[in-house]
Amino acid sequence: MRIFPKDMKEIILTIDGSKVTVPEGTTVLEAACSAGIYIPTLCSDEGLEPYGACRMCIVEIDGIKGLPTSCTTAVSDGMTVRTDTEEVNKVRRMICEMLIADHPADCLSCSSNQKCELQKVASYLGVTQQRLEKTKRESILDNSNPFFGRDLSKCILCGRCVRACREIRGVGAIDIAGRGDASHIATITDVPISESVCESCGECVDRCPVGALAVKTEILPPTREVKTLCPYCGCGCGLVLGVRGGRIVSIRGDTDNVVNRGSLCVKGRFGLDFVGAHDRLTTPLIRRNGKLEKASWAEALELVASRFREIKDKAGPDALAGFSSAKCTNEENYVFQKFMRAVLGTNNVDHCARLCHASTVAGLARAFGSGAMTNSIGEIEHADCIFVTGSNTTEAHPVIALKIKAAVQKHGASLILADPRRIDLARFAALHLRQRSGTDVALLNAMMNVIISEGLGNKDFIASRTEGFEEFKKSVEDAVPERAAEITGVPADLIRQAARMYAKAQRASIIYSMGITQHTTGTDNVLALANLAMITGNLGKESTGVNPLRGQNNVQGACDLGALPDVYPGYQKVDDPAIKKKFEDAWGGSLSEKPGLTLVEIMNAAAEKRVKGLYIMGENPMLSDPNLNHVKEALEHLEFLCVQDIFLSETAQLADVVLPAASFAEKDGTFTNTERRVQMVHKACEPPGEARQDWEIICELAARLGYAMPYRAPSGIMAEIASVTPIYAGISFDRLEENGLQWPCPDRSHPGTAVLHQAKFPCGKGKFHPTPFREAAELPDEQYPYLLTTGRYLYHFHTGTLSRRSAGLEIISPSAPFEINPGDAAREGVVEGDLVELATRRGVVRARAVLTERSPAGTIFMPFHFKEGAANMLTNDALDPVAKIPEFKVCAVRVSKLNP
Amino acid sequence: MQTNDRQAIQQIFSGYQGQRNELIPILQDVQGAVGYVPREAMTKIAHFLNIPESSVYGVVTFYAQFYLTRQGKHKIRVCQGTACHVRGGRRIMQAVEKKLGIKPGETTADYKFSLERVACFGSCALAPVMVVDGKAYGRITSQKAEKILESLN
Ligand code: SF4
Ligand code: SF4
Ligand code: SF4
Ligand code: FES
Repeated sequence: MRIFPKDMKEIILTIDGSKVTVPEGTTVLEAACSAGIYIPTLCSDEGLEPYGACRMCIVEIDGIKGLPTSCTTAVSDGMTVRTDTEEVNKVRRMICEMLIADHPADCLSCSSNQKCELQKVASYLGVTQQRLEKTKRESILDNSNPFFGRDLSKCILCGRCVRACREIRGVGAIDIAGRGDASHIATITDVPISESVCESCGECVDRCPVGALAVKTEILPPTREVKTLCPYCGCGCGLVLGVRGGRIVSIRGDTDNVVNRGSLCVKGRFGLDFVGAHDRLTTPLIRRNGKLEKASWAEALELVASRFREIKDKAGPDALAGFSSAKCTNEENYVFQKFMRAVLGTNNVDHCARLCHASTVAGLARAFGSGAMTNSIGEIEHADCIFVTGSNTTEAHPVIALKIKAAVQKHGASLILADPRRIDLARFAALHLRQRSGTDVALLNAMMNVIISEGLGNKDFIASRTEGFEEFKKSVEDAVPERAAEITGVPADLIRQAARMYAKAQRASIIYSMGITQHTTGTDNVLALANLAMITGNLGKESTGVNPLRGQNNVQGACDLGALPDVYPGYQKVDDPAIKKKFEDAWGGSLSEKPGLTLVEIMNAAAEKRVKGLYIMGENPMLSDPNLNHVKEALEHLEFLCVQDIFLSETAQLADVVLPAASFAEKDGTFTNTERRVQMVHKACEPPGEARQDWEIICELAARLGYAMPYRAPSGIMAEIASVTPIYAGISFDRLEENGLQWPCPDRSHPGTAVLHQAKFPCGKGKFHPTPFREAAELPDEQYPYLLTTGRYLYHFHTGTLSRRSAGLEIISPSAPFEINPGDAAREGVVEGDLVELATRRGVVRARAVLTERSPAGTIFMPFHFKEGAANMLTNDALDPVAKIPEFKVCAVRVSKLNP
Repeated sequence: MQTNDRQAIQQIFSGYQGQRNELIPILQDVQGAVGYVPREAMTKIAHFLNIPESSVYGVVTFYAQFYLTRQGKHKIRVCQGTACHVRGGRRIMQAVEKKLGIKPGETTADYKFSLERVACFGSCALAPVMVVDGKAYGRITSQKAEKILESLN
């Protein structure tokens, strides 16, 4: 259903004799549908612009000649509509017969049998037998895509796929080509779809009313369906898993989910093979004589408990540390940090958020008092101006990118993109600023210099809602665009235009991600964005704000639930005596007031043998962390390493004990997506072999260490979370089934919070922080002449442990590549596909060259998903002084072509 | 596509703003300069106008005036409309096909001839009709058609 503004005028019309009241702008088809009247349709579909091609939806309307199509006719007052007359049905029947005459009659062998809308319309109209002579069509097959097949002989040219691909996905891989009889759905020059710009999202497949587009693996229909969440990125898309015989046999987007309304990206739609992978861990493993061997649960748990106890007794609780997991549920993260704190007695608990958004948490907490996305995903579509920086949204947060594209394509918003690479969103951008990597602060300061000097700031907001403006203002006085142009390489005029465009918008939203955070200046970058939003008053209102996009499905939740060394659940400080007392009362026993070590600090401490025992749940630092040679050395120095995972990851291979866990599809619980929405995860199938729920394993360990964690189900854990975490206080499973809840949700009657900071900031007033420009820790020089930056690809996720187990994703995106500008490549004598050695001061990897203008001259890009060309062998572990986040986005690299 | 074609296309773009409604004139200019609309040109046009490349292809295939492949030096069109059909248009086509060794819609390997069928030229009084490089020959016979083809170089 379309969403109409609340003050829309109401229209009253008569359909088939009954009065129907609908808002102005509704179509006759929508009005009939809202009154429960069925009109057959083929080309109209939810969320697509009316098209009027199939003519199946024709009706009679008094005063309108002929038979208008109801999907393209707007209602008007006093209109009288008849949907089911003899005349109407006669014409519909004729159209239907013509379609069927031109359609292969192999319903029984078609994968769309029983779901097919042509069958449905035919049976409604009573078209059963073929009266027209069959016009024979050969099947025109395109099986080039690994996930879905196209058989255009079944195509009825409804155009839904074309419109979905263009209007919803902003891709446009297909269109109607040819004319008259020769019309057909085509890619450019009719190449196989795998050679087009198609992103394999499957949206067209889901929307095809017949069997012309069909998922290859969906052969047998599921016997039941389970609603849950995608386990990949922080968008938090709703999934519907079809189960048959205990296995997942189909996947579709959940059309009821507010986040994605049925849309998914290729990973969520087609990349879940890992759940049923043959190499899932099914029993505990214990290292004996250097080899990991199968063991019983009792044996493994006893060993882990006794080794932790030994180390604690010998070297104190702070010789132990744990990495929690942004892939696990909120309940599991809560139990994990409670285990580290209450059972082992240390605050040494962290997780990979350190590597992606620690600077967000640090920066936004200083500026606003809360380190999360200020606004909601759905609001993005209604912003007038969107400023995207350091986020390759199309690839890293594909469904959020759909909102940005819709804002531009449908509602005319202006997109300002500040990104060194020519990423996909550049197609939609009004302005593209290609700053040199690592110079974001200089760029942002210059934008603010322009806004202040041209008087475009929001004086009321600055006066009433913020403090520290005068001092801040002085700090950007010299940051004129001309100076920034020298530092960033962005023309001064373009900086001015961007500043004006952002400042003049009614509702401007800032969206950023790791391109901002993963720098030694990460916290400053975030503070500068907060300053920008504050001087223009773009906070506390719908469709504005400072919106960090969190990477992992539940990285927000892992932070919220205290898998961080300095805070308990709900960002309550461990060194605050009152808070400590509260948790001591709730958990029993005494807790440490000393903030723990961060992830990179834990690795350093392990290398120096200060941390001796490490418990890792569902993380793979052996690929995700910077400077991997150092990580390996650190892990090898440990006296005891326990890894709990669903696969024998690169990290698990180094463990002393490996515990097999359940995947997302095998558990109940909640994830919190990037917009702070807590949503339900439901169990669809049983874990393989003896694998168990992560929370159960932790509870077992706790019991062996003499601490009772008598939870019976995740819902009980959530009840405990609510009792100690003010921002989750109103959350319980029974409230989450529909749309979830966005925190803060302080009590059971609270509806959740879509927009943060509406009346005031958690810290009272918003605080300006001057952010003078600093260069990155390591810059290109003679020896290492190129700048290396890292990131993600659409087709893989994180370290690839999950996505690389999808055969289809591997076909589309198989091996470790790096991207280089054609000019640079020519200088190095490198051609497309060459195997090249990339070296930094920390390590060397080999990868295949991709020549592309996406990379600016002098910059090399490398995705970090691939273990055979691990980008993090190269990256710099220099840290941001405040947030301790490593500088993944900038380091100096040398390129040398290998002899073939 | 060759370097000079690429340059020609850049040259053509410099005369336009990059608005969507410029698609058809740009396609005409490109075809004028290159002789047909190569795939690479469609991709370039799509980027220039910021529209999907599949849509450029959609438009190119909608209008009969655009060619997707390099055309021959001489364009031979044989009418297959009703009048011509009745008076042996089909035989003329067969003779030309045989002579050139190509089917309608194709171009000879030496790029000398392209052959097309046409539904009706509107010169039914002269049927059957063959049109060579825009010049119509009426009341044609197979022998005459072959002669005309032989006379071209
Ligand atoms: S799979 Fe997605 S990108 Fe590919 S054609 Fe279909 S809608 Fe377009
Ligand atoms: S392929 Fe399916 S969705 Fe696309 S036009 Fe044909 S019938 Fe419609
Ligand atoms: S990976 Fe992200 S965008 Fe893709 S389906 Fe999953 S949650 Fe949605
Ligand atoms: S549904 Fe209205 S014309 Fe197709």
